[in-house]
Amino acid sequence: MLGKEISTTDEFVKGLWRDNPVFVQVLGMCPALAVSNTAINALTMGLATTFVLLMSGICVSALRNFIPREARIVSFICIIASFVTAVDYLIMAISLELHRSLGAFIALIVVNCLILGRAEAFASKNTLGRSVLDALGMGVGFTVALLWIGVVREILGSGSLFGVNLFPDTFQTWTVMVLPSGGFFAMAMWLLLVNRLKQKETEAEKQIQEATP
Amino acid sequence: MSDASHWSVFVNAALVNNFVLAYFLGICPFFGISAQLETAVRMGGAVSFVMLVASVCAYSINLLLDAVNAPYLRIISYILVIASTVQLVEMLMRKLSPTTFRAMGIYLPLITTNCAILGLALFQTNREYGFTQAIVYALGAGAGFALALVLMAGVREKLDLAEVPELVKGTAAALIVAGILSMGFMGFAGLGR
Repeated sequence: MLGKEISTTDEFVKGLWRDNPVFVQVLGMCPALAVSNTAINALTMGLATTFVLLMSGICVSALRNFIPREARIVSFICIIASFVTAVDYLIMAISLELHRSLGAFIALIVVNCLILGRAEAFASKNTLGRSVLDALGMGVGFTVALLWIGVVREILGSGSLFGVNLFPDTFQTWTVMVLPSGGFFAMAMWLLLVNRLKQKETEAEKQIQEATP
Repeated sequence: MSDASHWSVFVNAALVNNFVLAYFLGICPFFGISAQLETAVRMGGAVSFVMLVASVCAYSINLLLDAVNAPYLRIISYILVIASTVQLVEMLMRKLSPTTFRAMGIYLPLITTNCAILGLALFQTNREYGFTQAIVYALGAGAGFALALVLMAGVREKLDLAEVPELVKGTAAALIVAGILSMGFMGFAGLGR
């Protein structure tokens, strides 16, 4: 019982750090870079992706015994596209301004490799409960990663966070961070940090292994 | 219909708003397949071709959807048409040039989930391009994608010979190079409209 419980929590937690979709698996880079110029855009995109990930995970997992193997990718894409259309209209209903600033990138959630990847690699092989946990974990991991990039780019590029000014007027903004190349640089910086932390982690593990013969 | 001239549509898609370096579309193949110059050229060709076909398809589907007043079906029908186009190109290539087909490996089927193709279809719809404008737009976007891919491959081939710290190797180095390339492309701003 205990072992099972640990593994279900693990289903959720793995998306946050060990298998983080953006920094470790490097999936779903297009939205991660394209709409992370401000924190609010990044947050919206992350939540929208999480919603699609969750709903398509539920559908794929529930229908996994009915979908023929040969037609599975097409069926997955149809399921994902339906939910993306729903999210597109939802965001338009909540805030037209936000919808405009995200532009076609909401519709492009369809081709986020992360969602199809999870549907194919996880939801189509696992029970409903586990798929929900996996989708939530991956979604939260994706949102957090996007937010990190977005926060760095907004603070440095516009001197604000969620639209609130942080610095006195004398602060010279790094315009390059709001521009496309800033996305590449911010992502590279985080990636280096994550790599370094991972490296330390494996080094520590190795030391423990050596200490206990 | 948009009133932009064909030339400005082309320059805009290929250089000013380069799909990879300004819109971040098609990043996965951009990093995945840009390690060698030759595969990069082939991939650029394949994507350009699929873009052209997808653009024509998207234009006709959009007319159809407008006629029956069902814009909510746009995303789902676009992606299905793109998926079948890619399948078709794949079959053609396997028949006509098996070596190219093998060199492409997994990346050919992955064009389906290449955001650049769907992005192209959606952008041309949003901007209300006419038929010839849509074709020019697709050609420009394809040329821009191929250009970015080839430039990146050239840099990465040289980078292989350079001494890079262990930590930076791989994706991080590729990202930094892409960022610098992207800054370079900002120099084109103001060329198109």
